[in-house]
Order: sequence, then structure tokens, then C-alpha cells
Amino acid sequence: MSTDVVLELRGLRTRFGPERGGTVAVDGVSFALRRGRTTALVGESGSGKSVTALSIMGLIEPPGHVVAGEILLDGRDLRRAGAREFEGVRGSRIGMVFQDPLTSLNPVLTFGSQIAETIRAHEPISRAAAEQRAVRLLEHVGVVDAAARAQDYPHHFSGGMRQRALIAAAIACRPDIIIADEPTTALDVTVQATILRLLHDLQQEMHASLLLITHDLGVVAAMADDVLVMYAGRVVERADVDTLFHAPRHPYTRALLGCATGIEDDRRAPLQPIEGMPPDLRHPPPGCRFAPRCRHAVAACDAASPALQPFGAAHEVACHRAAEVLADA
Amino acid sequence: MDVPSDRVGVDGAAVAPPGEPRRPLSQRYWRLFAFLRDRTAVLAAVVLLAAALGAVFAPWLSAHDPYEADNLLRFAPPGTPGHLLGTDQQGRDMVARLLWGGRVSLLVGVVPTVLASIIGLALGMLAGYARGLLDQFVMRVLDVLLAFPMVLLAIAIAGVLTPGVTTEILAITVVLVPYVGRLARTATLGVVTMPYIEAARAAGGSSPVILARYVLPNVLSPIVVYATTLMGLMIVVGAGLSFLGLGVQPPVADWGTMVADGRVVLRRAPHVTVLPGVVILIVSLAFNFLGDGLRDALDPRTARR
Repeated sequence: MSTDVVLELRGLRTRFGPERGGTVAVDGVSFALRRGRTTALVGESGSGKSVTALSIMGLIEPPGHVVAGEILLDGRDLRRAGAREFEGVRGSRIGMVFQDPLTSLNPVLTFGSQIAETIRAHEPISRAAAEQRAVRLLEHVGVVDAAARAQDYPHHFSGGMRQRALIAAAIACRPDIIIADEPTTALDVTVQATILRLLHDLQQEMHASLLLITHDLGVVAAMADDVLVMYAGRVVERADVDTLFHAPRHPYTRALLGCATGIEDDRRAPLQPIEGMPPDLRHPPPGCRFAPRCRHAVAACDAASPALQPFGAAHEVACHRAAEVLADA
Repeated sequence: MDVPSDRVGVDGAAVAPPGEPRRPLSQRYWRLFAFLRDRTAVLAAVVLLAAALGAVFAPWLSAHDPYEADNLLRFAPPGTPGHLLGTDQQGRDMVARLLWGGRVSLLVGVVPTVLASIIGLALGMLAGYARGLLDQFVMRVLDVLLAFPMVLLAIAIAGVLTPGVTTEILAITVVLVPYVGRLARTATLGVVTMPYIEAARAAGGSSPVILARYVLPNVLSPIVVYATTLMGLMIVVGAGLSFLGLGVQPPVADWGTMVADGRVVLRRAPHVTVLPGVVILIVSLAFNFLGDGLRDALDPRTARR
């Protein structure tokens, strides 16, 4: 691994509920985030994307627990960090932007003091100084007349403006890593583009690592350098963005791309949904988790769970038939 | 830092048009303005202020001693020269007795409620935020207190201590804590599951900061409203304790005792009972309206500017 890796996950496993009968939402996820790059984490609802993000942040609440694996920030395992040390990391080294800007802001704090709280959690500066910095941050994320708007409350703002404020709070301490959990899902399309552009610009400017969680393949194509595809709690394919879109090897990735629509698509050619449902994670299939829905499944797929195997330099696929699938399409 | 023009102004409604004048009123005081615009609440505040001032300045406001009996002038009706609101069964001046009675009644209504609100809020927030064993322990203790009828528990506590105002305040405080605590815990449970708490934690907020800056302001308004309502009720409960001889001792009287004492002469001189009753009614209502007004003013979402 090169030295510009800021965060590395090794075998992360997060379970909700008891050991027997509980749900393993994230089951052995490993990946690395590199400085200055955007990594997209793609998958359906319930595939474990958000749980992965919350596990990194140490925000899994009981009955959930991170039961195994390492979360290495600059080589130090965050799972062994104390509560106080972890608080120092959250918001300072890792900033997080949440999905729903409407409920992610404290309704009784002004925009400015909301951001100032983040700064004051990490730096010993006065409230006034923190609020001044909050105003500059709001300007930086494109809030017009920021000095006046910093005195306003969240309900005075549109969803897009609130997401800008949340982004401002996330970058307030110039983090090395920004985790954005479906940052545009709750916003309308025109605003989505500007928010994504903003995230991209900030990431470039700070030379930070952006982990973008999304189920929107259009967003992935526009934003990501690297892509991780998750299915039923596991990473099934990892590739750079071009490889993923042009030479995907995992049948799930291929099916996912088949579900996506383009503006110029032929309307007469119907969309291809993925047959079946994602597995019940309380009773996952014994072998490959996608096997029950997979067109390419053979007996071996039900017998053993495939591990990620390399195909080329930066391409890994967890499929017994990865070598053959490409030819099939 | 420069912002590229393509980044701004997309959320049309949220962006202030350039050159719009700043809001004339200082932003810091908008809650006060919101409150002052609510006429009922302001009236209630004025009534309560008047009652409080009357109680505090009773010695200067009343020409008579509230304990000075005048057997020649018993049951004087309101309007009697020298006794604006008449006299009671011992010929004592009603104005003086109402003013002095307010000292005890307001004290017993306000102080225990405020104390119980602070204690109950702290316990409820802690229980709702920490959950788990601490939550169970705190709430079960409060449940034990709740299992007793409110007045019976107050009687029991006041009964084992020396009668007097301090005892009364203590008893009512203990009785109220579980009620406020339950409400505070419920409100806290609703708040801690909100995404903004998770966002605060993701931003590195420590538990004390989250409790003080995120949980407390969001659970405060139901507590304030509830507490102001309780103040009116506690004036009545305090009166009950006094009536049973567990609160203030005669000849000192609060409004409740005055109502109780007057009931034997209700037919002959209704004003002895009715006047303190009306005062209790007005003050209790004022507390309720004040609570409603405060709720609206405290919540930035309901306050219009």
C-alpha cells in the first residue's frame, strides 16, 4: 500500500443484536481511502453502506457493535482509541455529511453557532472567534450574505442551504477524510449538482479523501475515482471508475448497471430489474450471497463464499466465475 | 476566499436578494419581541408581576395589619370605608390578608416548582440520554414516588417534619420531581434519536456539550410550559397542606387557608371565601397563559418575526 493511505479498514464486521440470531450488517469489509481521491461506496438499501460509515465514525449504537476488524487512521486502530480520543478524531480528522439536511441540524441553534460548536469541540478558541470562522466557512460553501445568515435558524433555510451548512461544519477543522452519506438523496436534482460540485471542489482544495456513499450510479460516474460495490454486507467488487463502468466483472455490478437509466436510452427496451430480493441478513446464504439471484450461479457458488481476487492492478472481484462473466455479456 | 458564481444562488428562496436591508431589530432579542407580541401572555405576565409586587410590598401597600382582629367590624362587606374589600369573620382587613397571603402562596407555588423542574430535568435528561441501567434505576425510583397520590405523599413528608413554609416547599418539591422527570425523560428520548444528535456526535461533540447545547434547548419548552401550569396547581396543593395544619401555621394565612376558613361563613359573608378563590383562579390562569406564551416564544419554529 502506498503511503498516501489515510484510512484503512481491515475485516470490519458490525453486528446488530446477539451473536446468535443477530444481524451482521457489515461482514468483513476491507478497503483503503487515499488522500486526494474520491471513493464511492455503492449498493442497494440495506447493503451496509451507512453502517460501514457509522462504524468508521464509532457511532454504532447498541444493540449494534463493531465486533471485529481494524479501523486504521494513519496506522492507529480507532477501535482501540478511548472515547475522549475518538471525540478528538470525529469532526476534526474525519468530517461527516449526513443524508437528511432537514433533520441533521439542531433546530434551536443558529447556523453560525452550529458550525462554531464543531470548531469549539476541537480548538480552544472563544465563541466569538469560532462564530467569525463559521461565517467565513459559510461564505466558502456559497452562502450569500453569510454574516447575516449565520444568525438565522435552520428552518429559515432550504434543504440545499442546510446541506451547505452541514458541509461547512464537516470541513470546519479541515479534515483529512470527508464521509458523505448520500448527501444529495433528500435534495432536488438542480441542487444535487451544486452540492456535489461543492463537495468535489472542497475535496480537491483540501486534498482530502472523500468517501461518497450513494446508490446513484450517475453520481458515481461524475464524482468517483475508485468504486466499491457492496452487496449484503460485503464488498463484491472494487475498481477504478472507468474499469467499473466499462469492464465490470461481478454479476451484481453488471446487473446494477443494467438497472440504471440514461436520458438517451431506448424507451422500448425495458429496464432490467434484478430478480429476487436481497438476502435476509439474519440467515445469509451459505455460499455467495448473490448466488440466489445470479444468472451465472453454479453449484460452487452455493458451496463456498468467494473472496476478493485481483484482476489487474486495481480491480478486485469476489466471484467464483469472474473470469467467465465478462465474456458472457 | 472566492466562490465561483456557479455555486451560489441556486436555492433561490434561501438567498437574500443583494442589497436587502438588514433586519432592523437586533437578532438577539427576537424571542423577547415574539413574546411581547402575544397579548394574552403579556397580560398574564403583568398580572403575575402585580401579584408578586403586592406580596413583596405588602407592608407598605396595606393600611391594616393582617392579623389585627376587630370584633366590632366583623363580616364587613366589600366597599366598607377603610376596608376596601371588607373584613373576615374576625374583622381582619381582606386587602391586607390577600396581600400577605400572596407571600406564602406565591412562594409555595413558584419555589418548589422551579426546584423540582431543575432536579427533574437533570434526572430525566440523564436517564433518557444514558439509557441502560442508570435509566432503569432513576426511573424506578421516580416510579415509587409516583405510586403515591400526590397530596398523600406531600402530607407524609410534611407530617414527619416540623410544620412551616420550608417543610411545605420541601414536600411539594419531592412530590413534583417524578412528574417533571418523566416528562423530561420522554422528551429526551425523542430528541436523542434525531439525526442532529448523531451529526453532533459525528462532529466530535462530547456528551456534556451535546446535553447542554443540543438536548437541553430542545426539551426545555415542554418543561417550561408544564412547570408554569404546575405553579398554579401547587398554590392549591400548598393551600391543602396548610388546611391540614402541615403548612403555614395560623394566624399566618395563604390564599388557600383563607378559602378554607371562610367556608363556615359562606352564607353570611361569601366574600371571605370568594375573594381569595378568585385570586387563586386568576393567578393560576395567568401561570397557564404565561406558559403557553413562553412555549411559543422559546421555540424558534413557532415564533414569527
